[in-house]
Amino acid sequence: MAERKIGDVILDVQNISLRFGGVKALTGISFDVREHEVRAIIGPNGAGKSSMLNCINGVYTPQEGSITLRGQTFRHMNSRQVAESGIARTFQNLALFKGMSVIDNIMTGRNLRMKSNLFQQAIRWGAAEREEIAHREVVEKIIDFLEIQAYRKTPVGRLPYGLQKRVDLGRALAMEPSLLLLDEPMAGMNVEEKQDMSRFILDVNDEYGTTIVLIEHDMGVVMDISDRVVVLDYGKKIGDGTPDQVRSNPDVIDAYLGTSH
Amino acid sequence: MQTTFPRLMLEHARQRPTAPALREKVYGIWQTLTWADLAQLVRELAGGMAVAGLKRDDHIVVVGDNRPRLYASMLAAQALGAVPIPLYQDAASAEFVFPIVNADVGFAIVEDQEQVDKLLEIRDKCPLLTRIWYDDPRGLRNYSEPGLTALDALIESGRSHAQANPGFFDAEVAKGAPQDMAAMFFTSGTTGNPKGVVHTHFTLLDRAKAGADFDKLTASEEVLAYLPPAWIGQNIFSYAQWLACGYVVNCPESAATVTIDLKEIGPTYYFAPPRVFEGLLTSVMIRMEDASAIKRKLFHHYMDVARKVGPALMDGKPVSFGDKLSYALGNLLVYGPLRNTLGLSRVRVAYTAGEAIGPDLFTFYRSIGINLKQLYGSTETAVFVCLQPDNEAKADTVGVPIAGVEIKLTDSGEILIKSPGLLKEYYKNPAATAEVLDASGWYHTGDAGFLDAGGHLKIIDRAKDVGRIIGGANDGAMFAPKYVENKLKFFPHVKEAVAFGDKRDRVCAFINIDVEAVGNWAEKRGLPYAGYTDLAQKPEVYELVRECVEKVNADLAADAMLAGSQISRFLILHKELDADDGELTRTRKVRRGFIGERYQVLVDALYEGRAEQYIETQVKFEDGRSGMVSATLKISDAKTHPAMKRAA
Repeated sequence: MAERKIGDVILDVQNISLRFGGVKALTGISFDVREHEVRAIIGPNGAGKSSMLNCINGVYTPQEGSITLRGQTFRHMNSRQVAESGIARTFQNLALFKGMSVIDNIMTGRNLRMKSNLFQQAIRWGAAEREEIAHREVVEKIIDFLEIQAYRKTPVGRLPYGLQKRVDLGRALAMEPSLLLLDEPMAGMNVEEKQDMSRFILDVNDEYGTTIVLIEHDMGVVMDISDRVVVLDYGKKIGDGTPDQVRSNPDVIDAYLGTSH
Repeated sequence: MQTTFPRLMLEHARQRPTAPALREKVYGIWQTLTWADLAQLVRELAGGMAVAGLKRDDHIVVVGDNRPRLYASMLAAQALGAVPIPLYQDAASAEFVFPIVNADVGFAIVEDQEQVDKLLEIRDKCPLLTRIWYDDPRGLRNYSEPGLTALDALIESGRSHAQANPGFFDAEVAKGAPQDMAAMFFTSGTTGNPKGVVHTHFTLLDRAKAGADFDKLTASEEVLAYLPPAWIGQNIFSYAQWLACGYVVNCPESAATVTIDLKEIGPTYYFAPPRVFEGLLTSVMIRMEDASAIKRKLFHHYMDVARKVGPALMDGKPVSFGDKLSYALGNLLVYGPLRNTLGLSRVRVAYTAGEAIGPDLFTFYRSIGINLKQLYGSTETAVFVCLQPDNEAKADTVGVPIAGVEIKLTDSGEILIKSPGLLKEYYKNPAATAEVLDASGWYHTGDAGFLDAGGHLKIIDRAKDVGRIIGGANDGAMFAPKYVENKLKFFPHVKEAVAFGDKRDRVCAFINIDVEAVGNWAEKRGLPYAGYTDLAQKPEVYELVRECVEKVNADLAADAMLAGSQISRFLILHKELDADDGELTRTRKVRRGFIGERYQVLVDALYEGRAEQYIETQVKFEDGRSGMVSATLKISDAKTHPAMKRAA
């Protein structure tokens, strides 16, 4: 594999605690993400992985702690602010528009970057037309990148699951994010689809220089493609480091590897 | 044609600079490269290659899918007098070693990262390979191997070279002669190393032109290039004939989009091996099964009409007015839309070749109004030897010898060919060359066949497999096992067949039933069975297979040369022939000799006239264990017909 340049810390999560009533979802979690790296958050079911991601992209507001994105500290941003700050995400349970074509689905990811107003778009006139053509080109490049040319006009609902996941990734990429959050990108896939997806994630990281934070259940895949790994268990951080360090961490072995093998 | 590939390209660029030469779908839109654009691109590529040290008579491998810039690279190499060697893009890296070493290749142009990785992997085994250029830079940005450069950089350096040396390109093209080596194609040897078939500009272009004249191809044809360019068939259709005729070659976006691209382009000239046509038909049939009842009824009704009337219309035979009318209606309701769905609406000429095509499959396409024909040729003959004229397409012949071709048959039935398109030689392999090219210039095809009454060539088998019947009613008759087996295999109920008869007094056969097709058939009849062995020995199944065998016999009897190959007795084997047991090759060809020895008792039982035979066979299971299968096999007689006439 080619060498990537890993830069400074762009996302710093400090002492995040999140409670739902009496349930402690996250307790004092701290970790950071450096520019251009692939950072994984792993942990058994219910460890708080998705909650962590939801704190970063503004779905949940943690009761304690701070999140610093490129020097800007906040505890809560709304989803639009998050999107505008260059963070995109994919969903564990696909949230695609099933009746729309692949192109249209990915096009929705460009929405934030469109300047023409609703009226102009409706009659597709002047600037709106030029704008659509420019955005369509970006979308086509993503389609080419993800090798889904054969399904351009297929309604997403008719595609197999693995391809839907790819479309979901495509829509996130359409935002041209600097930080991409992937929520279990390989859940429910077969081995071959997982390999394809791993390759696309690495390609995104390599070609676009996108920083990637991914949550994953499948240890094998994570260890292969991540630069650093955070391990959560029952809402607490029990390990943090390179895949090798994490693999040899006794707490992690107990909590995760020990039980799953 | 006394010219060369680069000269033809320049000629097109001069005469019709703005006409499209190549199209490629990029980001969802078909992009056109005109002949003038192409000439400019080739000029720059050639300049870059010259700077990099590619000289006259050097060899350069080209590995990738059908991509305009790879085509241009082949032209650029030929312009410098170098020889492009296209290699199969799906080959494993180890398979590249032999051609690269054998042909002393120092340069490579490849499509993408996948091919770069493969070449880098074998680099230490190919010391001469110093320069590798890639078309698509994706994923390659951080590679720093020596000699690895993007095609863009090559074009860049060629541009400055062309500016500094304006007359260079034309002077180089002028130095090339029609008799120069133009390209080399490595044939996949099933045994031993592959052989590099050397063709000159003249051999390839002469055949390209002869084929084009035969079908009156023009500059307005549209062709979709989707098969590997390393295969001479694709190379002739989308490179040699492209330059000879000046038509448009379209490159699909990716292998997965071929059917979509086919529909968008609507080629007028189309070529595919039988398996592609079979795949298309299967997808139609599956979709018809899912269609509404009315549509399904309509489809089946008009397909019956088509089967009855279509072939006759295609062959220009008289058809009654009523039939014509219902065919016209069918065309409006079914055949037209179907052709459109297949992307074959505009096809004027379609060819299939490479292996035997089933008569039902062949007739299907012809009956819905697609002018599907067969041709005969090989890498060594630059494809075009025999072609079927428009109104004389038959499923079991491969057409008439076209302009320039002479055909002669040896006593053993082997087909010899003399043609301007014959290979120059096998590269660095005079022994193999001498084996196929004799002193008086005849090329030994290794195929056995004969010319029928209409002058059409009929291929029956590999020459070495053709035997003779000795003794009995058909003493001395030709026995062509594969021909007989293929005829049986065209029935959906028959999966494999093995025919015996060489040096015997009559022909007998082993049959493997297709467990899915026959199983379905049995279920519909309420016939219970427990697995293959049980199903195979049902009297009803024997009856079913006997009908197939007798149909084959009736067919064979009508054929003067092959009437002696009729099957007089057969049995259905108790197990499926399997590559794991060594009975089939990995490409699923029957190993007749091995099977004959392994089931010697069964062969003896067939010839000794016994009604049944007990057999025990060891089989290997997929998990590596082995076990025994035993059964008492019935043996059935089949009706044979006296030969109609005994003159060829």
